[in-house]
Amino acid sequence: MSAEFFFGVEVFLNGLMAGVMYSLVALGFVLIFKASGIFNYAQGIMALFAAMTLVGFQEGQIPFAHLFNAMFGMEMHHFGWHMNAFFAIILALGVMVLFAILVEKLILKHLVNQEPIILFMATIGLAYFMEGFGDLMWGSNVKKLDVGIPQGGNFWIEENTAFLGGDAFYGFYLDTLDIYATVIATVLVVSLVLFSQYTKTGRALRAVADDHQAALSVGISLRAIWVIVWAIAGFVALVAGIMWGAKSGVQFSLSLIALKALPVLMLGGFTSIPGAIIGGLIIGVGEKMFEFLIGAPLLGGATENWFAYMVALVFLVFRPQGLFGEKIIERV
Amino acid sequence: MSKKAESRNDSDSYVTADGRTIGPAVMEMRNITLRFGGVVAISDISFDIREGEIRAIIGPNGAGKSSMLNVINGFYHPQEGEVLYKGEVRKPMKPYQIAHQGIARTFQNIALFKGMTTLDNIMTGRLTHMKQGMISQMIWKGKAEREEIENRAIVEKVIDFLEIQSIRKTPVGRLPYGLQKRVELGRALAAEPSLLLLDEPMAGMNVEEKEDMSRFILDVNDEFGTTIALIEHDMGVVMDLADRVVVMDYGRKIGDGTPDEVRNNQDVIDAYLGVSHD
Repeated sequence: MSAEFFFGVEVFLNGLMAGVMYSLVALGFVLIFKASGIFNYAQGIMALFAAMTLVGFQEGQIPFAHLFNAMFGMEMHHFGWHMNAFFAIILALGVMVLFAILVEKLILKHLVNQEPIILFMATIGLAYFMEGFGDLMWGSNVKKLDVGIPQGGNFWIEENTAFLGGDAFYGFYLDTLDIYATVIATVLVVSLVLFSQYTKTGRALRAVADDHQAALSVGISLRAIWVIVWAIAGFVALVAGIMWGAKSGVQFSLSLIALKALPVLMLGGFTSIPGAIIGGLIIGVGEKMFEFLIGAPLLGGATENWFAYMVALVFLVFRPQGLFGEKIIERV
Repeated sequence: MSKKAESRNDSDSYVTADGRTIGPAVMEMRNITLRFGGVVAISDISFDIREGEIRAIIGPNGAGKSSMLNVINGFYHPQEGEVLYKGEVRKPMKPYQIAHQGIARTFQNIALFKGMTTLDNIMTGRLTHMKQGMISQMIWKGKAEREEIENRAIVEKVIDFLEIQSIRKTPVGRLPYGLQKRVELGRALAAEPSLLLLDEPMAGMNVEEKEDMSRFILDVNDEFGTTIALIEHDMGVVMDLADRVVVMDYGRKIGDGTPDEVRNNQDVIDAYLGVSHD
């Protein structure tokens, strides 16, 4: 077979792994949407904030250092330690849980039984607040995130697949980081599916999304469920933040990955965890293959930027609930 | 004398004509007053609900019946008066905590989890009985598996009882109104409550559906000995079902007693048929 064909396969595999990265972000949206009917506009910022916090802990940054320096004329920046990546992740996770508790206490608690649009507006406010708060706390410079996951092309795969093609084929080029991301995302998804299908908390979570009053009447504490959900979404944001941060640095543009999650959600459905994954994979593979087969040779390239949104648009017209979303039934 | 002893003063049980045992008071409302701003929804009402009985709360529209149910189940907190549950004064509690104490309810405008199947909806009724940890439930092992199977067995019993086997896997949003009402009853029953609150269980039903529902309510009370408090508009239905009836009008209690006593109470007749005030 020709090298061209194997190059296509490589594009396909890379598309799959890019898709996994999209899925990671989409997952956070789905979790909160399933449990509270809120479209969480702040999910992207949460990923950025989680990644910034992680880097901050690792580097021993002093939170709000710039603020203190400006106010009191001090010159402090670092505690002067370098924290082990594992501990830093645990601490960052703790911060995300704390964040979930605060969101419930300061925002959601006051908005019980409100229209979804109002809750959505609240998350927009939350997003802008966190954007500024994150910068204030950790500084707005571009940071390097390194938790010890190796990066760059995987030589083992490259060497061991080189024999497949002819002389012009040098083996599949796959980024090791992407492979790690795939494994981690798979574990995450499997455990989340088990959690929401088989645990009483998972069942309670679906119940809360449907009807607040009824949920209370069967003994579900709304506040506890919300804290749990936002904490899990925070955890997923942290994982997504680590992966994307390690790939392209921790900076404001990290929060824009949320925009790529939107078409994934339109495709997979807002309420389905497997949908978020499949949707992510389809978008990932779709945009890479489209670029490879049609975009680059025929349209002058750069189709990756808009392909996903076009697919989403088509889905909105023909299947608004997505591939796996619950069909919208409204009895009159 | 302690409050506990006080509430059990008239605790002598008796047996009804059809052989059911009516025990001491499970729930006692004492001088309940509930206000929303300047509007008095409930004013100084006292009554009790005894173990094993079917207790009806009736009254014209806006009499405060649903508010009363919401007080019992913790959605509203009265400004005055106290609520005694199983002989003890109940502290102000959240509705979900009250559910854990064994009070289940249905709603006037059905409140089901519309995206979930009948089975899943009724399973949520078992949430208060599930004790196993998250991890063991996820890996579906040992005690968690046993617990799930036990709970599932109870749910299946409820489904058989309510004759809704055929719609077990149907998302409830797709069911017709009458069946939704039945599923909602099933969810409340699955909790094996010590007090079951039904808010207009027969509202908007046709005659046939009403008869079915009446039969289920009577059977629940008879077979499981469940204490039931229900709100109903249809006087005929209430008179057939209830052991004792509280009548409310404009937030006040105007009658309390057996269906016969209530039927012959002049205040009640006036409230229902209207009376000229000149």
